[in-house]
Amino acid sequence: MEFKDYYKILGVEKNASTDEIKRAYKKLARKYHPDVSKETDAEQQFKAVNEAYHVLKDREKRKAYDQLGSQWREGQDFRPPPNWQARGRGFGGESQGGYSDFFSEFFGGGAGGGFGGGQGFRVRGEDVHATIEITLEDAWNGGSRTLTLQGQDRDEQGRPMLRNRQLNVQIPRGIREGQQIRLSGQGGPGMGGGPAGDLYLQVRFAPHPLFRAEGKDIFLELPLTPWEAALGAKIPVPTLGGKVEMQIPPGSQSGRKLRLKGRGLPGKPSGDQYLVLHIETPPADSEAARKLYQRMAAEMPYNPRKGRGL
Amino acid sequence: MKDLIPLGEIIDENIHLSLDELAQRCAVQVDVVIALVHEGALEPKGERPEEWYFTGPDLIRMLRARRLQVDLEVNLPGVALALDLLEELDTLRSQLRQMEQQMGQRPRR
Repeated sequence: MEFKDYYKILGVEKNASTDEIKRAYKKLARKYHPDVSKETDAEQQFKAVNEAYHVLKDREKRKAYDQLGSQWREGQDFRPPPNWQARGRGFGGESQGGYSDFFSEFFGGGAGGGFGGGQGFRVRGEDVHATIEITLEDAWNGGSRTLTLQGQDRDEQGRPMLRNRQLNVQIPRGIREGQQIRLSGQGGPGMGGGPAGDLYLQVRFAPHPLFRAEGKDIFLELPLTPWEAALGAKIPVPTLGGKVEMQIPPGSQSGRKLRLKGRGLPGKPSGDQYLVLHIETPPADSEAARKLYQRMAAEMPYNPRKGRGL
Repeated sequence: MKDLIPLGEIIDENIHLSLDELAQRCAVQVDVVIALVHEGALEPKGERPEEWYFTGPDLIRMLRARRLQVDLEVNLPGVALALDLLEELDTLRSQLRQMEQQMGQRPRR
């Protein structure tokens, strides 16, 4: 079991006043709140900060914790001292969820152990939130995906513990970025026979080498040669559903958007795919190419800056 | 353990919840939901509270509001403000991600 340095977690001195501890906690709680923070381990940090505050704000708990002495370091393998049992068990009946093994061992986080036999103590498990990153292909096809969650569980004695849990989750066809999927009963375990909480998965799209999504529409940047853009062309373009032939109208310019109706993410109605045209200039890297450009300059003079005040 | 979990519910505009259902889903008192409607943080369809119905985005906002209220002890006007700002932040972050991705895609010479 890892030792938790609660003072270090809150960034305060060992002799900090209750007010200082409270201020440090408030600041860190806002910083690491999973709804506010974008750091990937925000939830773990938030829980650690909460646990530290829960102990240090309470005079009795802080005193008991301080008696462990100052030789322990954060993360160090913690072996309980010989008189551990006698001291640590005075705080039974804690029902705080999500605390560390260290906390549970020290303050006895038994799952309502003090309420043995009682039928009245039923608590629904907490809702768990996670982000799931999927590919655009997953969103287009639907499918399933294995997800590893660090979840709270309970051991044989009913003490909370962290355990990695693998879930095989179905991806609904046509899901969009930012949408949430609710999996009923897949959240934290309930206590005293209470039901489990729900798992909320927020969907994020992994960067795609070709496409990007805006809502249910798909965007693809399509490079063209000047002659394809000027004269028009039939060009095969990829879509999530496979290649299609696209007619590029003559006289197209960079930045023009062409719509492929119904080729976006499926739904009612389905999204569209947009091709954003991007004209590339062929390099003048041979004598012949240079001659061609010079001929164009001479025979079809054109000033793209005209009328733009440049 | 890798059992296939049945298809989840997508929380979108197609979800309709009454006032009581929303409160129950979020484990809050009905009064809290009503107060957040008065703050303009939740926008149910329908005239009177008994006719109100809420959709998926309201459910997500209400869950978030409850976490902010409980975890950070923010009062309701503060929660309403935080919800608006957090949503704006979400939008900006996802736009930033898209722009970064777009710049990465454009062929550079």
